[in-house]
Amino acid sequence: MNKVLRWTWSLVLWEILCGLGITLRYFFRPKATINYPFEKNPTSPRFRGEHALRRYPNGEERCIACKLCEAVCPAQAITIEAEPREDGSRRTTRYDIDMVKCIYCGLCEEACPVDAIVEGPNFEYATETREELLYDKQKLLDNGDRWEPELARRLELDAPYR
Amino acid sequence: MMPFWDTYLGILILTVLKTLALVVPLLIGVAYLTYFERKVMGAIQLRKGPNVVGPFGLMQPFADALKMLTKETIIPTGADKVLFVLAPMITFGLAIIAWAVIPVNNGWGIANINVGILYLFAVSSLGVYGVIVAGWASNSKYAFLGALRSAAQMVSYEVSMGFVIVTVLILAGSLNLNAIVLAQKHLWFAVPLFPLFIIFFISGLAETNRAPFDLAEGESEIVAGFFVEYSAMSFALFFLGEYANMIMISGMTTVLFLGGWLSPLPFLPGGVLWFLIKVFICLFVFVWVRATLPRYRYDQLMALGWKVFLPISLVYLVAVAGVVEYFGWLPHA
Repeated sequence: MNKVLRWTWSLVLWEILCGLGITLRYFFRPKATINYPFEKNPTSPRFRGEHALRRYPNGEERCIACKLCEAVCPAQAITIEAEPREDGSRRTTRYDIDMVKCIYCGLCEEACPVDAIVEGPNFEYATETREELLYDKQKLLDNGDRWEPELARRLELDAPYR
Repeated sequence: MMPFWDTYLGILILTVLKTLALVVPLLIGVAYLTYFERKVMGAIQLRKGPNVVGPFGLMQPFADALKMLTKETIIPTGADKVLFVLAPMITFGLAIIAWAVIPVNNGWGIANINVGILYLFAVSSLGVYGVIVAGWASNSKYAFLGALRSAAQMVSYEVSMGFVIVTVLILAGSLNLNAIVLAQKHLWFAVPLFPLFIIFFISGLAETNRAPFDLAEGESEIVAGFFVEYSAMSFALFFLGEYANMIMISGMTTVLFLGGWLSPLPFLPGGVLWFLIKVFICLFVFVWVRATLPRYRYDQLMALGWKVFLPISLVYLVAVAGVVEYFGWLPHA
């Protein structure tokens, strides 16, 4: 008898009407979409995006070619060559990051004793060719110049937790 | 001297003009139905839907059409070339042809024929051939499975759809769609025939291969079903054919059950606007149902068609016939 009742009740399509009710309620709810290229999510100060090499306020590059980042890099994406400059200070002649190899772990940033290599907030650097993702020193320094205000702010925000 | 509009040439020109006046808005409607579906589904899923191309994304259908046109039409080596090219044309052509008899306003149907409903039923039944031919000509197992599913599904649901239509005919006393609408002047058939109205609409979902009866496509099981092998414009024709069929089934539902162009409120005049509003509501339900329900399993689909809809519509048909005969409400008796 119960089975017959249940079958008859199913003809009312009650479950389907409930489901339709739920979807109709959702239809009138505010959208969850972030309209990406025009709106963006906030990112944490620790966000690990595109790399940059920073400079001191006087324009001198921070990197002292200690090669700690190269050593710590688990993906071996960093290649550094160094020799003394004319004024006797030790500087890199080559600082390459293979952004295709990089796993964005942030260990280079943590290893750096002078806060020279950092991972910035930028994640929109897609390219059309693979070669463009093999960053050299000039590209990294340019990134640093371009993002410096933002980079400094983020480092300052994160400093109490380091 | 006959007036020009009564000569053969005049009638021909007039018919062509009428057809254009119907088909052009219909095609635009089909294009914007794709946009409408994406917007409604988006809203239900808390997304925005297309909103970049043009204001509110309104140019999206044209961008899609342009993309489809510029793609390469690929004909598989193993395919039967003639049938392969023919199938999407059949599907799309039939979806458009059916509109010849739909009266969007009193007497506005292009062909006001006396067997309009029979014509509609025949054309919508022929729709299965586009699908079968596509599945067969593709020479691919997924396409073939999709076509077989679709054939079985359409045949099963047409049976109960037929009984529903016969019941409507008993109440209307005419096969002419115009007369059927006029017979609903006092009471839309959706009220006395409410269960049949629901059955008709659900069968319509199955007829058009729409969710939750989209087994013929079944992208999670058989890739894209009968049109796996299609690309570019031939794919677009299938795609548009599906949407044109949706509008057609909505139009049929409107004419048979929702009083066509008749106004729901007695003090407002009827007109083509009411027809459009009713079709629009039906289309919204189409999309709404798609966004709500998961796909039926194949045996559930068959059980629903043969073991639920068929008996109910059959019993209802006999009951309606009995009541109408007993109380002497038979029109034109």
